[in-house]
Amino acid sequence: MQPTFSSSRILQPVRPWFIFFSLIMAALLNFLPTAQWVGMPDWVALVLCFWSVREFRRVGMGWAFMLGLLMDVADGSVLGQHCFAYVLLAYVSAALSRRFLWFPLAQQALQVMPLLLATQVVQVLMRMAVGAEFPGWDFFISPFVATLLWIPATFILLLPQYRPEEQDPDRPI
Amino acid sequence: MAGINHAPPPFFKQGPAPLALLIFYIAISLALFVVDLRFRSLELLRQSVALIVDPVQRIAQTPGSLVDHAATYLQGLHNLQQENSQLKHAQLNTAPNLQRLAQLEAENERLRKLLSVNEREKANGQVAQILYTARDPFSRKVIVDKGQQSGIVAGQPAIDETGVVGQVTRVFPFSAEITLITDKDQAVPVQIVRSGQRSVVFGLGNGQLELRYMPANADVQVGDILVTSGLDGVYLPGFPVAKVVNIERDSAYSFARIFCVPVAGVENFGEIMVLNPRLPLPEAPPESVGRGSDSGEKNGQRPKKKRAAKGN
Repeated sequence: MQPTFSSSRILQPVRPWFIFFSLIMAALLNFLPTAQWVGMPDWVALVLCFWSVREFRRVGMGWAFMLGLLMDVADGSVLGQHCFAYVLLAYVSAALSRRFLWFPLAQQALQVMPLLLATQVVQVLMRMAVGAEFPGWDFFISPFVATLLWIPATFILLLPQYRPEEQDPDRPI
Repeated sequence: MAGINHAPPPFFKQGPAPLALLIFYIAISLALFVVDLRFRSLELLRQSVALIVDPVQRIAQTPGSLVDHAATYLQGLHNLQQENSQLKHAQLNTAPNLQRLAQLEAENERLRKLLSVNEREKANGQVAQILYTARDPFSRKVIVDKGQQSGIVAGQPAIDETGVVGQVTRVFPFSAEITLITDKDQAVPVQIVRSGQRSVVFGLGNGQLELRYMPANADVQVGDILVTSGLDGVYLPGFPVAKVVNIERDSAYSFARIFCVPVAGVENFGEIMVLNPRLPLPEAPPESVGRGSDSGEKNGQRPKKKRAAKGN
């Protein structure tokens, strides 16, 4: 709902079912066998970060926690690992959301990168603290890929909120 | 929905402060992490979430398996005929041994009875299909399509056509999680076929295994085959586990570093056999064996005999 500094377009209010739908789709993308490929982004983290920035009143840490639990079970990792990382991600992106949205998209992506990277680093630290093997440096490629996807993700996730280009002169808003 | 009739942002009722919420959720996450790791008492929570996630995950895996099916379908008649003739050849090669196996087993059983040694357990199990590898990059696990419904319990060993693959670690209603022997610190008690020496092989987490705590002058050679020793009461004795590929003997350390690769196609997809759980081993002798006590002596003798029988 918040208009950005650079865009002159006014957005329609978000539909709650679309937020839900997009988060579920992100989880499905994570379940695909392609998730094993090197550099595949964590879709749930990306979409969660997006909605935490845009709609922090609707998507908060509760959602982050539930999605984290879902991913923990799906991945077969230790319970609480994704929960912790996602809750932290949701909190920081909500806290910085008012700042983010003043920047053009490319700079937003640049600022989102450390958050997504921290999500991965937190998970690695948690697991290595309890004796897991270091998973290799290619584990850290995925946040950078996710950063590149910030611009297309913004476009796709805001698509239902754009107003038609030609507007009715009798109803300016 | 017009832009005008949506609710205004709540100015006063905003729920708990974000920082309080953050601390609350982080505390729960950390509690979950510690409890799941150290006490393993959250299996019910995991199973109930898995009940929802599992079908979705299977659906998400279908495109990949469809492509696989298409690939094998298009592989062509020639390849299949070739494979068929190879398999027939292999079957013929193993036929002499296999045909006499039943007779040998019967003979073995009879001799063991004569010697009043415990009978060897038979290996039975059920075939399961590997569905997908768990996504967790920190561990090596696969998910198979048999679970509580098929009577699988945690702890059952899994083998493929060449050797030991891993062990069932978690059971869900319709699937089970198998930790591969190459998972970090996954231990399998083994015995070297050539020398009969017993040891334990540990996964390294990078696809290799390591034979730990072997003295630097131990009788191990590159190419030695390790088979399960059966001393743990989980794996039946005699299944091939790994092959020694590299030995580093450094006189600065008292132990040799012995690296092995698994014999079974541990990282391959396909079908595996989940063996039934073993019969419980005889009770271990008490710590301080009273010389005069009857029961202590009896208990102390039995495992010794069994070990001696296996070493041969």
